[in-house]
Amino acid sequence: MKKTVLAIAGAAIITTGLAAVAYSDPVDDKLVIDGLEMITKAPAPEGHPFDTVYSGWLFREPETRALEADSFANPGMLYVERGQDIWNTVDGTKGKSCASCHNDAAETMKGIAAHYPKWNADAKRPINIELQIDKCRTENMGAEPYKFDAADQKALTTYIKYQSFGAPVSVDLKQGDMQSWWDKGKTEYYTRTGQLNLACASCHEASMGKHIRADHLSQGQVNGFPTYRLKQADMVSLHNRMRGCIRDTRAEIPKAFSDELMALEVYVTWRGTGLSVETPAVRQ
Amino acid sequence: MQAGKVIVVAATLSVLAGAAWAADTAPTDVKFVDNAVSQSLTGKPGDAAEGAKVFVDRKLGNCLACHQVSALKKELFHGDVGPSLDGAGSRWKPEELRAIVTDSKHVFGPDTVMPGFYSLNVGVNVRKDLVGKTILTAEQVEDVVAYVATLKE
Ligand code: HEC
Ligand code: HEC
Repeated sequence: MKKTVLAIAGAAIITTGLAAVAYSDPVDDKLVIDGLEMITKAPAPEGHPFDTVYSGWLFREPETRALEADSFANPGMLYVERGQDIWNTVDGTKGKSCASCHNDAAETMKGIAAHYPKWNADAKRPINIELQIDKCRTENMGAEPYKFDAADQKALTTYIKYQSFGAPVSVDLKQGDMQSWWDKGKTEYYTRTGQLNLACASCHEASMGKHIRADHLSQGQVNGFPTYRLKQADMVSLHNRMRGCIRDTRAEIPKAFSDELMALEVYVTWRGTGLSVETPAVRQ
Repeated sequence: MQAGKVIVVAATLSVLAGAAWAADTAPTDVKFVDNAVSQSLTGKPGDAAEGAKVFVDRKLGNCLACHQVSALKKELFHGDVGPSLDGAGSRWKPEELRAIVTDSKHVFGPDTVMPGFYSLNVGVNVRKDLVGKTILTAEQVEDVVAYVATLKE
């Protein structure tokens, strides 16, 4: 009896594995979270290779989509809570917390992260939320910068991004030298790396909507980061994800927050202009 | 003392690897004429049964990442970045299949996403331990070619 069930289940998986080939487009579905409809499809900005930009959510399996749509079930929400605690916790030699300067994040951080990365005049380079947090910690709190991918870094980044939940992504390329970082990021996006000789564009542009083994290739959008990844059962930062994709081409992996990855973040964020911030998104 | 041992072992290995290499056509010496490579890269015919293993293995060919093959239904998750290879052995001659697997850019043009499996024409920043190395050995390419040649209409 058990055996038959298993056999049938096995057959079903095999058929879907092959049948998956039949559909290749993003699904036609609405993402509504806590009554708020997310923008998962948007007209692409001028100069974009696609007409429409799609959230990675539209490429995921129904169960994964459902998990993100239900904020009670979404494991990423635990990181939002943890981030809130860190926001209010004093750290460093100056006896301050984030809240000491910024009060209630729900007001002061509302919509802010939808416009990162931003130009930073002191550093003369774009910075993302993680680097802005480190700036505040070192300059205003007398605390150490976070180690890359420290649980607290992911939680606080998730919490700050969550204050822009639903807001459309847009980066201001007119600030400082943002345009030249965008240019550099674009060149990288189309440069093939590693022994497998693949560029970001090979998978997320030329093969968008197709399957690479079991993975349904999306446009590789960043609007959901940090993202809860089922495969890792953990929050995954954007730089971790980009490093993973580069590693998969069998290339040397650039360091988190290096010029290479910051340029790529500027460019890839622009490629998702108009999509809602979905943090904490859920992905496979 | 430990270090001495390691060096001896390494030297033996490189002699062996060198010996295997000598009989094979080096990746930079492969001749492409009219979308085909006429000579076996090893000088010997490939083994289709071994080729099927290389084809499926995620660490080797991982061809299923991008191609479907009905005869391999028992393997889960066939990708569709490339076309189904059902009937590829009827559509292509073995010497054309050898060109496609060795370096598909010679056949499909520079924009194809299919990697060159026996080519040093690779991307930038190749992982240090893989510099100068091909994805598959000459023998594995011959085996895969022999396998794909069996996929008849
Ligand atoms: C060998 C194929 C491949 C290459 C090359 C590749 N990726 Fe990916 N990427 C994937 C797969 C598979 C996934 C998971 C499925 C998906 O979301 O598309 C993914 C997911 C992503 C995601 C997460 C999308 C989401 O909705 O959560 C981002 C962001 C991303 N990639 C960025 C990049 C960037 C930037 C590059 C180049 C530096 C790159 N990828 C190169 C295969 C690739
Ligand atoms: C990352 C993706 C990818 C991988 C991995 C890959 N291929 Fe391909 N392959 C393609 C694409 C794409 C095409 C179609 C040509 C094109 O449009 O560039 C193709 C075409 C082919 C063709 C011609 C198909 C036909 O019927 O006309 C053969 C044969 C082939 N591949 C064999 C293989 C073998 C054997 C392997 C593994 C050793 C392999 N491929 C691995 C992407 C891939």
